[in-house]
Amino acid sequence: MALLEVDDLCVTFSRRGQRPVRAVDGVSFAVDAGEVVGLVGESGCGKSVTSLAIMGLLPKQPGLRVGGKAVFDGTDLLQLDDRSRRDIRGRDVAMIFQDPLSSLNPVIPIGLQVTEVLTRHRGMKGAAAEKEAARLLDRVGIPDPKRRLKEYPHQLSGGMRQRALIAMAVACQPRLLIADEPTTALDVTIQAQILELLKELVRDSGTALVMITHDLGVVAGMCETINVLYAGRVVETARRRPLFRQPRHPYTVGLLGSVPRLDAGRGERLYPIPGSVRDVLPWPDGCAFAPRCSRRVDACVGEPPELVLSHDDRAYRCVNPAPLPGVTPGADVRATVPTLAEPGSVPAQAVPDDPPTVPGLNPAPREEEKP
Amino acid sequence: MTDTDILVEVRDLKVHFPITKGVIFDRTVGHVKAVDGVDLRIPRGKTYGLVGESGCGKSTLGRALLQLTPPTAGEVVFDGVELTTLPAGRLRTMRRRMQMIFQDPMSSLDPRQNVESILTEGLQTHGIGAGRDDRRRIIGETLDAVGLPRWALSRYPHEFSGGQRQRIGIARALVLGPELIVADEPVSALDVSIQAQVVNLLDELQDNLGLTYLVIAHDLAVVRHISDVVGVMYLGALVEEAPSDRLYREPLHPYTRALMSAVPVPDPDVEDRRERILLAGDLPSPANPPAGCRFHTRCPWAQPTRCVDERPALREIGASRVACHWAEQIASGEVRPHKVEVQVTRPLDEGENPQVVSAPTEPGSYV
Repeated sequence: MALLEVDDLCVTFSRRGQRPVRAVDGVSFAVDAGEVVGLVGESGCGKSVTSLAIMGLLPKQPGLRVGGKAVFDGTDLLQLDDRSRRDIRGRDVAMIFQDPLSSLNPVIPIGLQVTEVLTRHRGMKGAAAEKEAARLLDRVGIPDPKRRLKEYPHQLSGGMRQRALIAMAVACQPRLLIADEPTTALDVTIQAQILELLKELVRDSGTALVMITHDLGVVAGMCETINVLYAGRVVETARRRPLFRQPRHPYTVGLLGSVPRLDAGRGERLYPIPGSVRDVLPWPDGCAFAPRCSRRVDACVGEPPELVLSHDDRAYRCVNPAPLPGVTPGADVRATVPTLAEPGSVPAQAVPDDPPTVPGLNPAPREEEKP
Repeated sequence: MTDTDILVEVRDLKVHFPITKGVIFDRTVGHVKAVDGVDLRIPRGKTYGLVGESGCGKSTLGRALLQLTPPTAGEVVFDGVELTTLPAGRLRTMRRRMQMIFQDPMSSLDPRQNVESILTEGLQTHGIGAGRDDRRRIIGETLDAVGLPRWALSRYPHEFSGGQRQRIGIARALVLGPELIVADEPVSALDVSIQAQVVNLLDELQDNLGLTYLVIAHDLAVVRHISDVVGVMYLGALVEEAPSDRLYREPLHPYTRALMSAVPVPDPDVEDRRERILLAGDLPSPANPPAGCRFHTRCPWAQPTRCVDERPALREIGASRVACHWAEQIASGEVRPHKVEVQVTRPLDEGENPQVVSAPTEPGSYV
């Protein structure tokens, strides 16, 4: 059992007179201690709503419905009442937000904001709390922490603010950290510093990290397992190397093709995904990506594609996935092979009798085996 | 390259913004040197990419080049005409030939104007097209060029997606038939899959219309992708300028190296192998830039001599221009990197006492 297991998470916003919006539509993933799992997708794919739902931070309003399970160490975070959720939040589970300026209180000094966590969860007071806060700021690489404690968020630079936010998040040595676009608002050199800091935290204290980002480059350097989201559903799950080497879902292929790379030449054409994120088909009517997909076949429309499990821990939600290089799928062999997926690793949406690809047929390297 | 090929030449351009204090009488207490002595040349039909972190003055440079922000000193020569001393009327007619694309299409398009009116406004101002039908024809052709459908004419900006809005912004710049387009962060507000569409569009338009671009962006990968020459800015000045391939292969300035190594590459193999040069601390304040080489406070290769007291000028090394005293020695490995302690840099006489609420230390918030 992993530290956090999100199972069939659904978030629906409904408003009178309008179609309900299924922002998150059956997302499942698991994170273990010392592991980094990435949620990748473009704006509107539901990655932030997923994290807010897990943390119980979605605004309580009549039209909101959250379904599914998010089991953290045996307790379902979604079923907790506010009081016990507050006990867990900040102590066992912490979150880092995208924009540090809007998630820090502008009229309270940094020090007070850091010590608040310490007082609430670790019962520290006065000088002891202050000393600990200074130690935390020092740990995340803020120079002259004693003086910084008395300063207000606007007096810090963007990178410093993000560091202060991380200091608050790690104050109680949480076992799970959710980072929602932690570096998007920052410059690349500062981004590199912050990512290095997060990696260190995972390495040194065995924190489980859920990394939510739109930047495939960030994911490539950090995450062990990556979930690609599109229109509220996971469309592809894979370990890091296989995902980048052999993306199966056409959306992943498209994303990788549309990112300009620093190590590519001038004028090499990019292969963008046509259309925009707005051109989605509602999932019940077929594959949401079908209107923009270059590998669209008739089977894409009518019924949502099921998550197909493949042998090496990967899964994709596509009826006509991009082929693996050098493999001709033998359909007849596939049909006779029993399910190889281990119990527990099967995401909820997967149909158990879904034929996986045959290991012998597939020369894909077992991911992460090489040093 | 002959001089006739140069469309834009910038000589020692400076843009300083005064910092004022006081309620009734504004006292000038200092200057933010947003752009502090930049020389660059953009050949006709080529793309010049300008990169740097936020607050390095790249946007101000772009605006000063178009005279949207009056430069404090220096010259901008566009196609042989000196712009800084041009009377307002002449400048207005020159503006037809140089247009700008802005970062955020939503805030740079008037929400109460439909697309037709957005595009016609410029034509009317500059008296292009004989009558309504002629203008309609020009607008129609422009829409085709940027890949928008004709029915877009009667729609309003909010009815479009982000990528389409940016296309409207590009159409607005294109409709006047400019020679130079200054694109300030043209894709950074867009989703990844849409970014590529706009980058490809800019490339196509350049091929078809022979446009000259100045592309300003913080994303090194995007800039490298569309630029012929890339200039790297740090605290208001160019630190390195090189053809884009060369800049990537052989970055000479320590800042360029650090910048390159910080850009994440979507490839796990590359990510695991590469060596990161992590810079210590933040960008110093442009109101109180470090003496000598402006990068020396964060430079892992900084030397005790020269770096601290002598500001390096851009000098030519091969096809690059580099502002570093030790570029050759660093490239040959003679000068080794060392660990840098974070230095707290703040504006002059501000923020020293933590009890005093000082001005923000983030440079960008001054401008």
